[in-house]
Amino acid sequence: MRLVTITNATIRHSGAPVLRNIDFHINKGEIVTVLGPNGSGKSTLLRTIIGALGLSGGAIEKAPDLRIGYVPQKLHIDPTLPLTVRRFLSLPRRVDDAEAHSALAEAGVPGLYDRQMTGLSGGQTQRVLLARALLSRPDLLILDEATQGLDQQGSASFYQKIEEVRTELGCAILMVSHELHVVMAASDRVICLNGHVCCEGAPAQVASAPEYRALFGTDTQGTLALYRHEHDHSHDCVQDHSSDGQSSA
Amino acid sequence: MSFLDDFIIRAALAGIGVALAAAPLGCFVVWRKMAYFGDATAHASILGVALALAFDVSIFGGVMATALLMAGSITLLSGRGYAMDTLLGVMAHSALALGLVAVSFLHGVRVDLMAYLFGDILAVSRIDIAVVWLGACLVLVLLWWRWSSLLTATLNPELARASGILPQREQLILTLSLAVVVAVAIKVVGVLLIAAMLLIPAATARPFANTPERMALLATLIGVMSVLGGLYLSFGLDTPTGPTIVSCGTGLFVGVSVLRLLPFWPRR
Repeated sequence: MRLVTITNATIRHSGAPVLRNIDFHINKGEIVTVLGPNGSGKSTLLRTIIGALGLSGGAIEKAPDLRIGYVPQKLHIDPTLPLTVRRFLSLPRRVDDAEAHSALAEAGVPGLYDRQMTGLSGGQTQRVLLARALLSRPDLLILDEATQGLDQQGSASFYQKIEEVRTELGCAILMVSHELHVVMAASDRVICLNGHVCCEGAPAQVASAPEYRALFGTDTQGTLALYRHEHDHSHDCVQDHSSDGQSSA
Repeated sequence: MSFLDDFIIRAALAGIGVALAAAPLGCFVVWRKMAYFGDATAHASILGVALALAFDVSIFGGVMATALLMAGSITLLSGRGYAMDTLLGVMAHSALALGLVAVSFLHGVRVDLMAYLFGDILAVSRIDIAVVWLGACLVLVLLWWRWSSLLTATLNPELARASGILPQREQLILTLSLAVVVAVAIKVVGVLLIAAMLLIPAATARPFANTPERMALLATLIGVMSVLGGLYLSFGLDTPTGPTIVSCGTGLFVGVSVLRLLPFWPRR
């Protein structure tokens, strides 16, 4: 079942078109990752899907009563706003204490209940944002570079959590990520964006597409090799031992 | 003879009415960094007063009209190469200046400008009290009704959108509430000191609060205390009442700030 379908869309941001000829869809239970260089319109696409930006051409169709959970890149809270983690989880829909506790446990941060939001570390904030997104029982979970600013270990365990969430809740996941090895291992489908959709498909397909190589250049060779190493078990290609063990996320 | 015949009682009722609405709204002004917006709305309202007198409509109506006009033009002009604080500064002081010029054209009416600039709380009538309390109730009902959505939109507009909340609508509700508070507070503290009624109670309450709701409640309490304390002091010291109310709030703010420096104060 299709949750969101975008057909031939143009999306403008302060006048100039950021995205053109966009065709996009995401199905129930699917993990889709959006890749692209800075300024390629990744966040613009996500913000269009949550409804923060309108289309200036084309059409967007969402499944009726679609519940979206959104985890932004980062959350800046003004220090003048006192806010406990507990209170934050009840925004905007009030949840009871048991729900709040179990959501925090599910996101892997059970001890933060009474803490102030402004006192949390970057990793803790992302986990709390995830817990809040899960409380809305989303059909579609949207993550906009949710591990930006986390160390490698932090982001690996964050993505592991996402994978578990998908298995448990069966929700679709749409994410923007720069961590190519994670993306390649965890996604069902990858979309390469650079003002338009350059290429899309299964990770292996996309990785071998010339458009993808043109975008990500030689940097991705190691990632590519790692990906093949894990999923094709072809041991002929170059292995990147330094990244071994990270890709299980 | 009823107790409303006593001008001090009337002044207290009007002041408390303003504090009840201004303090919780002021929390949003602080959280959203709208302090200058509040100031601009207040300053622009002197133009509203002039227009109301010229066209012989109610002061409340004139002030609401200019406040909304100003909010509208700022929304139109923002994002066209001017920083928000520049725009607000231009609008606030232009409207204040135009208002003062416009008042001088009003030959037929004798206008006590000082009463609008610094308030004249000791001269409030029963009608004034009714207007203040109606306005305050309207603002409180609006805030109560939209509380959760307002908070979410304040936190992060995208989080709000994803939850089906329109941040622009919440912004409009705050703009409207601000216009109402300014319109009813002119008589009490005057256009130059309204921003103080919004900001000082909220800033004073912040260190005691761990949730937004507690901060709003405490700010309300502090606002009411400033009004009563200011009235009492101005009566005893024979000082202008509006500025004394604000000074009283400032005293509380300074007191709290000094207390926070003490070593046993819990860090939040």
